[in-house]
Amino acid sequence: MSATVLAKPKPVQKANVVQKYKMELYLSALSAGFVFFAILLRGIATLPLDTSSLTSFQSWLNSVSDWIGNNQNSNPFFTFFINVIRDSIDAFVTGIQDLISQSIGNNASPLIGWLGIVVLLSFVAYTVANVRIAILVFLGLVSLGLLGFWQESMDTLALTLAAVVLALIIGIPLGICAGLFPRFEKVITPFLDFAQVMPTFVYLTPVTLFFLIGPASATIVTMVYAIPPALRITSVALHEVPWSSVEAAVSMGSTRIQALRKVQLPQAKRTIVVGINQTIMAALSMVTIAALIDAPGLGKVVVTALESLDIGKSFQAGLGIVILAVLLDRTTTAAASKVDTENSHLVSHKRHRQILLFGGIATLVALLISRIYSWAGNFPGTGLIGSDIARYADDIVNWIQLHFVSVTNAITNGVSYGLINPIQNLLTNSPWFVTGLAFVLLALILGGKKLAIISTLCVLGIVGTGLWSDTMTTLASVLVAATATVAIGIIFGVWIGRSKRADQIMRPMLDAGQVLPAFVYLVPFLGLFGATRFTAIMAAIVYAAPASIKLMADGIAGVPASITEAGIAAGSNKWQMIVKVQLPSARRALALSTNQGIIYVLAMVVVGGLVGAGGLGYLVVAGFTQLNLTGKGLAAGLAIVLLGILLDRITQAAAARSMLERTK
Amino acid sequence: MISVRHVWKVFGSNPTQIIGSPDANLSRSELRAKTGNTIAVRDVSFDVAPGEVFVVMGLSGSGKSTLVRCMTRLIEPTQGEIFFQEEDILKVDEKRLRELRKTRFSMVFQHFGLLPHRKVIDNIAYSLEINGVSKVERHDRANQVIELVGLQGYGHAYPEKLSGGMQQRVGLARALAVDPQVLFLDEPFSALDPLIRRDMQAEVIRLHHQLGKTMVFITHDLAEAVKLGDRIAIMRDGAIVQIGTPEELVAAPADDYVANFVQDFPKSQVLTLRWIARKPDENEDLSGPILPPTVTVHNSMRQIVESALPIRVMEDGHLLGVVTTKDMLSVVSGSEL
Repeated sequence: MSATVLAKPKPVQKANVVQKYKMELYLSALSAGFVFFAILLRGIATLPLDTSSLTSFQSWLNSVSDWIGNNQNSNPFFTFFINVIRDSIDAFVTGIQDLISQSIGNNASPLIGWLGIVVLLSFVAYTVANVRIAILVFLGLVSLGLLGFWQESMDTLALTLAAVVLALIIGIPLGICAGLFPRFEKVITPFLDFAQVMPTFVYLTPVTLFFLIGPASATIVTMVYAIPPALRITSVALHEVPWSSVEAAVSMGSTRIQALRKVQLPQAKRTIVVGINQTIMAALSMVTIAALIDAPGLGKVVVTALESLDIGKSFQAGLGIVILAVLLDRTTTAAASKVDTENSHLVSHKRHRQILLFGGIATLVALLISRIYSWAGNFPGTGLIGSDIARYADDIVNWIQLHFVSVTNAITNGVSYGLINPIQNLLTNSPWFVTGLAFVLLALILGGKKLAIISTLCVLGIVGTGLWSDTMTTLASVLVAATATVAIGIIFGVWIGRSKRADQIMRPMLDAGQVLPAFVYLVPFLGLFGATRFTAIMAAIVYAAPASIKLMADGIAGVPASITEAGIAAGSNKWQMIVKVQLPSARRALALSTNQGIIYVLAMVVVGGLVGAGGLGYLVVAGFTQLNLTGKGLAAGLAIVLLGILLDRITQAAAARSMLERTK
Repeated sequence: MISVRHVWKVFGSNPTQIIGSPDANLSRSELRAKTGNTIAVRDVSFDVAPGEVFVVMGLSGSGKSTLVRCMTRLIEPTQGEIFFQEEDILKVDEKRLRELRKTRFSMVFQHFGLLPHRKVIDNIAYSLEINGVSKVERHDRANQVIELVGLQGYGHAYPEKLSGGMQQRVGLARALAVDPQVLFLDEPFSALDPLIRRDMQAEVIRLHHQLGKTMVFITHDLAEAVKLGDRIAIMRDGAIVQIGTPEELVAAPADDYVANFVQDFPKSQVLTLRWIARKPDENEDLSGPILPPTVTVHNSMRQIVESALPIRVMEDGHLLGVVTTKDMLSVVSGSEL
């Protein structure tokens, strides 16, 4: 910006210009140098490894895993600690399953039959939200049954519920502590960051190692993913309470507990409910992924169908997940906004009380009926509509494949040969020390010495896992998908950020896109492009785009009016406004949206291992299924984490730097 | 009723080391540059008599808000003593402190500090509630106070539905609900429009006449200070520059800072005849009308102008001095004193 200022050129400014372009100069020199040496030394020290062969580190991981397996029932650490946790969580989850999803004893149906659940949950939706949501819940649940996935849906719901309850029991009190004690917040923040940056995929194996495959592991991995949002948002909620009202309460002689209970928590309630919404959505997303470690429910149907490339069925189950996600999201969102209106005495009318009473009685009756009659216990029919939908989906995909096979193939091949392969070849054929050095230098330029040290450790760590070559394969996909995501983020972000109407139309869609579990995105692309790397990349782009777009849009919309007005007053046209005023002002948003884009993309590219994307994700999946590859799967998980930290730190440093430059 | 003795508040990493060291004499910016500490309250002492309205006045950043928070230990002072009815409240334990806050002190805040999730009546009854008073009883009491501050009919509204002035009436009512002995008011009307502010000042004067509470009133507005205060303390950079009645400040500012402050203030409204009465000249006629020395120049203007003879200012049968139209005009025009 300073270069275009119309002031008289002074020697100092000239120095600034050189200073300003120093960064660009370094970065271009670095990329040129990297490409030059990568090609010059190609094929040397690329550290490839066959799928079936193991490094000594990976064999060691195997032996660790074996040791745990052998001592599971004798070592006191397990018998008195791990197994106790496992058993109690198992009991908790099976309890809920007995209640709503699994048939118990001689009964063919669970404790509460489908009719009971439908009426009960609609009633709950009415009490926490409103009539419209209650109807939505009613229709949604019935359509889950009609899809033919009643029991699977209830299994997913049961697991989600169990994980959410436990996550809230842990997350909300810790969040309150974090909100009250800044020092505690400082201590736990890095852990939360880490848990959220880590691709969900990678902690499946380590958890199963300790807690075995089963409901307990599924619940624990879900909790790991769902606690951070609960904790964070609770803490934010407490910070949001105006200090003046807390001070007033203390000045009147409240104890710390009274101030918390009567002043802070009531005012934080709304935001905490938003946190519960986030927790539930995170849990649902993770419960479906936990299907990979044998968690029952809709996720399992999708995984099985994906593995056998049964598009129809995976679409059918994916639809079920979407319905469940929409129901949970709408209900909790409406509950959050209701907390607001409770302040203006709309509730506790006589009529309202009558409806509650009536609904309560109806619920009890429905519960009873669903216990007594089998038609109300097990969902009748065998999901006729469901198989229809599966067939239609298959038909459509077949039709597209039949008529557009040349188009989809052309796209797949074009992108693969034109873009992905060259990048992948460059990365996998480059000596590890050249690529590693490039990362360290990039870190040094963007973030300084400390970041360079972290990057060095990450690079050496990846080499240590013995999976350098696979990491480079994954990195290539991540780079392609992330570039596309950022491009989409800028284009749509600028559009939405500049236009109120675009915002109104697009934002609900983006919100919906963020709510859906990662898995669901694989299904349509699998239908169109088959089990390829390209499918994983496309799914990753679609999965990551909403977050990227939203950050970008907020950045553009957040450019102060005084700046945009000055731009318009100076006579800029639309294009000049975007390129010269708004984008430069929203540079931090751009860097952040790049960071988030990369983190989301990495998570999804790894999941793409399920559908033949290769690389680290495939090894993680292989680790689940093949006993002798457990160690390798663990190593792959570690490599993913290291790659994630590397990419996250470097892009965050870029974000921080863009902030710094702006303040100069 | 309240005695503040050598109270210090230093923010920073090693607050106690500053006090008594030569550093304490540095200016604020110098001290911050040197040690990273900030002196918010610097060796402040004063007494507040029962039933008095004691005003602490100063510009923003002068430490007045910190001072008033130190007096109820919303902020812990670094050093000093604060006696309330012979008890050093800086030495009492948590429990006794809460006791005092619940029953003896009340505070009114600049930004009201109302609880948005409670109705007006439950805001007012809050301190009774945490005192363990039953619902019927505390609502009874709250309704009395609602009437006292003129909020009839708003008891079941939520604070956000009220105007700023009304919200501060809730703040006042809440402070009065426990029938405290001391009321601390921290710039209570600074966030209000000028007209509303005037109403609320009148309200405070009325309540003071009616209830006779001791008040410590913080403001940055000299007119407000003069209007409400029995005595005014002027603060600058954490220290008290001068304490006195409004007319003492106007008539005899302790230094240039205070003088600068009161310069534009209409002196005739504060100064009494005592301050402008002068010794009669040799041959001045001493048979003019008599006025007591306690009446302000402003209120005696008419008589002074209408009298052809110099006004005699008499107290207990003694002649303190005389005042003529000319003397008066020099005060009004600000050329003298």
